[in-house]
Amino acid sequence: MNKPSTPWKRKDLLGLEELTVEEIQLILNTAESMKEILQRPIRKVPTLRGKTVVNLFLEPSTRTSSSFDLAAKRLSADTLNLSVKTSSVQKGETLLDTVRNLEAMKLDVLVIRSSSSGAPYFLARRLTAGVVNAGDGLHEHPTQGLLDLLTLRERFRRLRGLKVLIVGDVAHSRVARSNIWGLTKVGAEVSICGPPTLLPMEVERFGVKTFTDLDKALREADVVYVLRLQLERQARYMIPSLREYAQLFGITRFRLRQARRDIVIMHPGPINRGVELDPDVADGPWSVILDQVTNGVAIRMAVLYLLCGGEAGESD
Amino acid sequence: MTPEEKALIMDSRIIDRVLSRIVHEILERTKGSQNLALVGIRTRGAYLAERLAKKFREIESLNLQVGVLDITLYRDDLSSVAHQPIVKPTQLPFDVKGKIIVLVDDVLFTGRTVRAAIDEIIDFGRPQAIQLAVLVDRGHRELPIQADYVGKTVPTSKREEVRVLLVETDGTDQVSIEELKPK
Repeated sequence: MNKPSTPWKRKDLLGLEELTVEEIQLILNTAESMKEILQRPIRKVPTLRGKTVVNLFLEPSTRTSSSFDLAAKRLSADTLNLSVKTSSVQKGETLLDTVRNLEAMKLDVLVIRSSSSGAPYFLARRLTAGVVNAGDGLHEHPTQGLLDLLTLRERFRRLRGLKVLIVGDVAHSRVARSNIWGLTKVGAEVSICGPPTLLPMEVERFGVKTFTDLDKALREADVVYVLRLQLERQARYMIPSLREYAQLFGITRFRLRQARRDIVIMHPGPINRGVELDPDVADGPWSVILDQVTNGVAIRMAVLYLLCGGEAGESD
Repeated sequence: MTPEEKALIMDSRIIDRVLSRIVHEILERTKGSQNLALVGIRTRGAYLAERLAKKFREIESLNLQVGVLDITLYRDDLSSVAHQPIVKPTQLPFDVKGKIIVLVDDVLFTGRTVRAAIDEIIDFGRPQAIQLAVLVDRGHRELPIQADYVGKTVPTSKREEVRVLLVETDGTDQVSIEELKPK
């Protein structure tokens, strides 16, 4: 019972790349405890009373921003939600100036979503407040990776040896990147599949298998992680047409005949229904997509809790 | 500071008798109410609550519901402890509304843990009453809190530490006082 666990020492959560397996397990275990709060009649605990969490979202988001906002509120922190439209970034203020001004108003944790890969790292080095990466460009989306690990751990009771197939625009996906880091660290077997223009090069170096034939890839998988085709980003120019993509790489009920019957389908949202994922699969018995969303709140509660420790802690 | 054992104050036989007595006292005070539930405070209080529940079955054939509280998220010292303590789940698998809840913990000291536990229970609903049972009351309260059922009152100095070992967590049943000595 009383085994000493490694305490959380980081000021920031920037990516899964830098986390140890023990740190990942600590976050998952803490999140599992946090989940219980979400079932209570009064879904709130006083833990972070008097702390301030600022959600600065410089890219559109509903799921992640509302999830962070709710997570902070469930722990009784005060939250401030800023988006591109409501911040002075539009008036030409630099990101660092915006954030320094926020810090002058005494914030404890800054949650940042930015289209620039590395922006959270840049800020973390310059702020005394904790920084949480809520998605930076094409780089990482660590809380998404963590909530996916939690969802898988709940479903399978183990992560080691689990065969996870990531399908779609892997090259431009920060979700895929965080998942690959997280999954390979905990001992899962990751493979990727998609049109060659959307797959990263030399991914084998991370111990990831590459497929271009979806049917073949599906046969070996316990889990299919379907990525969103990011039509607002480069994806549009990397494939001949949406219809062709849907035909070759869309996950349909018909396609799943190639897979094991109890295959699990995940998607980070928002879904392009009928493109990468058919509605009857997204809403079918294979899908754990809404479990992912619920777990997102628990993971973000765990992260905010761990980052709000009494000591500022050394920032790695 | 390294602890040095000074006195053994309870062994497994005494602990068992004390728990039996506490069960009788609870039955007497609550007049055999069926409306009773036990809630142990993690970690050792949870095991003590299980033991009390077993005795209720043996002595009175009463099957009480048992819950477990992890009070970490209700602590008042989170902004001063060095690193965030590990959070474990709270499990209250019954409606607390209208129940007589007996909180169970191993040692009553400052009373801060009990304050946190009371606040947490009330976030689940409005019990008819909350009572407190502890194995050891060592004094030095920092809040106006007292136990309803006490295994043993042990006057201590603040330089001493009361160590409770239970079979479930430590492989043996024992309560001892240790002196904290500067290294």
